[in-house]
Amino acid sequence: MTDLIQFLHDCPVVSRHRPWPRIEVDAAKWQMLAARLPMEEWELLALWGEPDAVHVALHDPQPGTFAVLSRACPGGGFASLSTARPGALRLERAARDLFGLVPEGIPDARPWLDHGRWPMRRPLATAPEPRSLDEPAARATDYPFLPVTGKLAEQGGLHQIPVGPIHAGIIEPGHFRFTANGETVVRLEERLGYVHKGIEKLMQGRTLADAASLAGRISGDSTVAHALAFARAVEAALDVAAPPRAHYLRAIMAELERVANHLGDFGAICNDAAFSFILAEASTLREDVLRAAHVNFGHRLMMDKVIPGGVAVDLFEPGIEALRRLVGRIRPRVLHLAAIYDGKPSLLDRTIGTGTVARNLVQRFAAGGYVGRASGRAFDARRTPGYPPYDDLEFEVPILDEGDVHARVWIRIREIGESIRLIEQCLERLPGGAIAVPLPQHSGEGIALVEGFRGDILTSVKLAADGTVVRCHARDPSWLQWPLLEAAVEGNIVADFPLCNKSFNCSYAGHDL
Amino acid sequence: MWSIIARSLLRGPRTEKAPPPDDTALAELASKVDAVARDRLGRSLSIRQVDAGSCNGCELEINALQNPYYDLERFGLKFVASPRHADVLLVTGPVTHNMSEALQRAWRATPDPKWVVAAGDCACSGGVFAGSYACVGPVSNAIPVDVHIKGCPPTPTQLLEGLLAVLEHSARR
Repeated sequence: MTDLIQFLHDCPVVSRHRPWPRIEVDAAKWQMLAARLPMEEWELLALWGEPDAVHVALHDPQPGTFAVLSRACPGGGFASLSTARPGALRLERAARDLFGLVPEGIPDARPWLDHGRWPMRRPLATAPEPRSLDEPAARATDYPFLPVTGKLAEQGGLHQIPVGPIHAGIIEPGHFRFTANGETVVRLEERLGYVHKGIEKLMQGRTLADAASLAGRISGDSTVAHALAFARAVEAALDVAAPPRAHYLRAIMAELERVANHLGDFGAICNDAAFSFILAEASTLREDVLRAAHVNFGHRLMMDKVIPGGVAVDLFEPGIEALRRLVGRIRPRVLHLAAIYDGKPSLLDRTIGTGTVARNLVQRFAAGGYVGRASGRAFDARRTPGYPPYDDLEFEVPILDEGDVHARVWIRIREIGESIRLIEQCLERLPGGAIAVPLPQHSGEGIALVEGFRGDILTSVKLAADGTVVRCHARDPSWLQWPLLEAAVEGNIVADFPLCNKSFNCSYAGHDL
Repeated sequence: MWSIIARSLLRGPRTEKAPPPDDTALAELASKVDAVARDRLGRSLSIRQVDAGSCNGCELEINALQNPYYDLERFGLKFVASPRHADVLLVTGPVTHNMSEALQRAWRATPDPKWVVAAGDCACSGGVFAGSYACVGPVSNAIPVDVHIKGCPPTPTQLLEGLLAVLEHSARR
């Protein structure tokens, strides 16, 4: 095994990029990377395009180092990394759809985000190619789903169930194509991109305030986490640090967001196993958190409250006491609900052993959050690379090995407890002083890795001299989790799909961008 | 579990008093929906929610309408799984190109008389996504809209005010 930085020692480092090194690699070095990846433990955290360039963020878990590798590809072609790192597959397909880059040797050359309905091809390339919306587009029905072949198929033993894009509940749109043998799912194939809003293009040329507002709307349930990732990336690019009080207030908001979402998921998972009691209780607790957020921070989801340079709203004494009482009240009630959950054999029968994801899969995909941690991958961005104020706070990162729906429920329950501990510590130690610093205006490049409730969010920004955004890419944790849902569902019965899906709760909006 | 149920029985439900229907929405409706349609429906409406490109913020708040504090079903308003069972399409998002056909199909599958409620700033105006190559724009660019509920996202109370206006209007003779 080689040290990542050592592998890259002979390549030029881009000095204006912070905090991780961004290293320019040529075609030969990139080719070497593709060849080396199968032997190394380096995790692929993100891969994104730019006109005529491709970037990949890697994490070397042994020394715990991070690096961004950039390969200029004026002809558009670059060697695909997705055979060695399957998490890159959809990222490469997206980079091709948006920038016209060509991942050479990619095992799946179908379009991903481009459904043939935008008024142009390659909308983010230097020269997008106009497309008439009347031309026979790659209609949803024309998308070449994976063929069903083999003996069982020939004998008529397999049938397909198409679901979506509009789903039966109040959830986001996406298409699921099940191939089933009787009740058992033989294969699930996802098709996403329905809520692609062109956020990366909208970001270009925007002021930091406007771009932050867009970042906060990448995935509504993770608005704090995405705004935080954007803010930290901008602060890295401009080489400024938010004041200490802002760090603590950000952590309070981020942990409240985690508690609210985990409560919602806990209730919804139980409800999908027809146990609505926990949904009623957990959704009440969730509502209490959102109301407290509204009273103390001015918005139920805390949208637009984390800004580059700090936070937009301060917390005062009555609010500190109110939040302390709130989390103090939630803790015993969640423990009570967890005991009820654990005491219902009919409920556990649905969750234990259902939707299992193997440990080697979460590692190969570098899947974060409860999906990774329920299958033994300990990664948590609050620890590695870590960021303030978490380095001053005590908390545990719960890990389980079973990888089933039950494990993902229990990771959430334990994380609620840890988040409450963190909120209490932040309220206790909240430093005085300013809540934001004024930002200088100059060019720069920054990257940030932030732990949202769903997992690690990676945001990369490049700023122009006038302080506007040249390029911003936000990799939602869902990119590396969605493919594992396909694996989790295999061999389960169709009726358990909602349970598996809810236990992943991947973001459609965050993925589709 | 039984202790929680016993306490709930003694203390009564957590459900809170409803807000009055939204006057602006009522006025908007008065000019659009004809009386005959209203007579047929009575005081019960089935809602099919369609996410046409939202960031999921609106969905979270629409979901919250079903928690015990708001308890939407007490008004005769309920969410249904199929547009064929729906009286109201509750649409969110800046209608992405990739979702516009699905939205239009859902609208065609909804039997008349029907109402379309555009919920959230994106659905009303395109919101922060207005002008994107990937978006059609406000819901009214894709299907006819009867009521707009603003907010980013609209709070459960704002959603309730808007939906109660639809209900009020549908029941008025």
